[in-house]
Amino acid sequence: MNAIDIDTDFAIAMRGVTKIFGDDPNTALALLQAGRSKSDVQAETGHVVGLDNVSLDVAKGQIFVVMGLSGSGKSTLIRHVNRLIEPTAGEIVVNGADVLKMSLDQLRTYRRTQVAMVFQKFGLLPHRSVIDNVAYGLEVRGVGKAERLREAAKWIEIVGLSGYEQSRPRQLSGGQQQRVGLARALALDTEIILMDEAFSALDPLIRSGMQDQLIELQKSLGKTILFITHDFDEALKIGHRIAVLKDGAVQQVGKPEDIVLRPANEHIEEFVRDVNKARAIHVRSIMDKGEFEACAQSVSRDARCEDVLPLFAEHQWVGVVDESGRQIGRVTAKQVIKALARYTPGM
Amino acid sequence: MFPELIDTRPLRRAIDDGLNWVVRNWSDEFEAAAYPLLMLLKAIEDLLIATPWWLIMAVLVGIAWLATRNWKLPVIVLVSLLFLGVMDLWEDAMTTMALMIAATITAIVVSIPVGVWMSRSLNVRNVVTPVLDLMQTLPSFVYLIPTVMIFGPGKIPALIATIVYAAPPLVRLTDLGLRSVDPAVMEASRAFGTNPRQRLFGVQIPLALPTILAGINQTTMMALAMVVIASMIGAGGLGYQVLQGIGRLEVSRGLFAGLGIVVLAIIFDRITQSFGRQLQGRIGLAEVR
Repeated sequence: MNAIDIDTDFAIAMRGVTKIFGDDPNTALALLQAGRSKSDVQAETGHVVGLDNVSLDVAKGQIFVVMGLSGSGKSTLIRHVNRLIEPTAGEIVVNGADVLKMSLDQLRTYRRTQVAMVFQKFGLLPHRSVIDNVAYGLEVRGVGKAERLREAAKWIEIVGLSGYEQSRPRQLSGGQQQRVGLARALALDTEIILMDEAFSALDPLIRSGMQDQLIELQKSLGKTILFITHDFDEALKIGHRIAVLKDGAVQQVGKPEDIVLRPANEHIEEFVRDVNKARAIHVRSIMDKGEFEACAQSVSRDARCEDVLPLFAEHQWVGVVDESGRQIGRVTAKQVIKALARYTPGM
Repeated sequence: MFPELIDTRPLRRAIDDGLNWVVRNWSDEFEAAAYPLLMLLKAIEDLLIATPWWLIMAVLVGIAWLATRNWKLPVIVLVSLLFLGVMDLWEDAMTTMALMIAATITAIVVSIPVGVWMSRSLNVRNVVTPVLDLMQTLPSFVYLIPTVMIFGPGKIPALIATIVYAAPPLVRLTDLGLRSVDPAVMEASRAFGTNPRQRLFGVQIPLALPTILAGINQTTMMALAMVVIASMIGAGGLGYQVLQGIGRLEVSRGLFAGLGIVVLAIIFDRITQSFGRQLQGRIGLAEVR
């Protein structure tokens, strides 16, 4: 397969990406391509399969979440996008450029200008102040001091850390440190941001706040975000599309409701069982489409079931309106209950 | 008796003849090569001896205060220096200090690049580590004799012997410090498109600095440990007083000069350690260690 086949409209496109860890990956690769399982390959050659023939398309301007348990290869996957890890086989095209064909120099330029990354363990420079940490990417890029400090100050304010410019990272709480990590990535103003379990190390409340902020920022800035998480609720909350990874292979890709309503296999079913479906399902996917008499209460087309539930205490129908305020459909309590109950096991 | 498997006499003769040949034909070149070292040592020594005693005291006490921001260490330093002055050891102490400082500066210039090189390549580490072991364990007299034969007795062989003995810990600790920088921070730096030079100077060295400073501390201590041996081949200073004390069976002279060395060791040990702690605190490693 070659790069021309890949639609350049995608921000990130991966084709058949396979990663095998070990001294002699090609032997193990041959076995894997001959159809042997991950555990077979490991038992026979001692090589660990990190990724197994992963193909993904991430459209521009969306939050794409890769969800998987630990050891599923999700952190390995995200590191392929900026080539912190070299794949054993496959193709990776980002904004139309073949990442694997880049020379070392081109790769550095690519990392400086096109992809920024946020890390689970923050990865802040402990010997630098917050503002110098945020300015770090710009400094590496060669931006002058006055300009990069101005830019950094702006992003510190946006993530809500004004007043902490001169603090050291260790003086901040975990949530604040990750805001610094986020500001550092945003300050680069790249089209693509990679987030590797960025909120996993945070307390639930702080995590929820960060998720809201990320959704807001993504809406206003229109960035493409590749987000890695092990938390299915988090994936449902922030993802426009979700890919579920297991043993290094993609199990299912789709919109959050696709995955909740139509889990592709038992593994995904297990996740879905414990999930808050009211949060996962958009009303627009269950509503009656078409023209109806105007309802007393209406919600936007992005609303989720949990948003309309309280409205049914007073109203029989709730209207669904598009961005311009035109009513595009309506939904009843019955429909919502059906959607929520339909796939609950044992019912 | 172990059976004689091979005749080692030719080998020994070859080594001895080889050294003699080097001494005959190359000693001028060696001396010329070591001349900058001698100049460095001389300059430091002249400076320390020409500086009035009260100024040196003021400077060292000032540095001690900067290192701790506390009155304790400056007082210790002041009392130590007064001891040297009162016991009539001032000039010898300055000579010894000059040897130690020159050896430390040379060791820093050589060891840190070697440590950096070692931290980046397993092959280099595999070669350098046994050499360092050798430098630290080989009895110093073994290499003193050839250096004295080549350079003649005096300050150069004394300085070289001191460097050989004092440099290894700095190389080791530089290597260790650079390799133990948090991999998460290194990865983040890589993800932002840094080149190896930016990572070395922007991340690795600043974060390894406390460890490197511990290496410098070790180097100063090892250099002071060599002063008596160094004075046997013409380094002068406190070591020479100790040597004379032994030679003349004057216990008091040996004791006071020996205490003088201890006092110098305390001053430099405490000052470098305090700077190390201060640095750790600034980087935020203090809580971790």
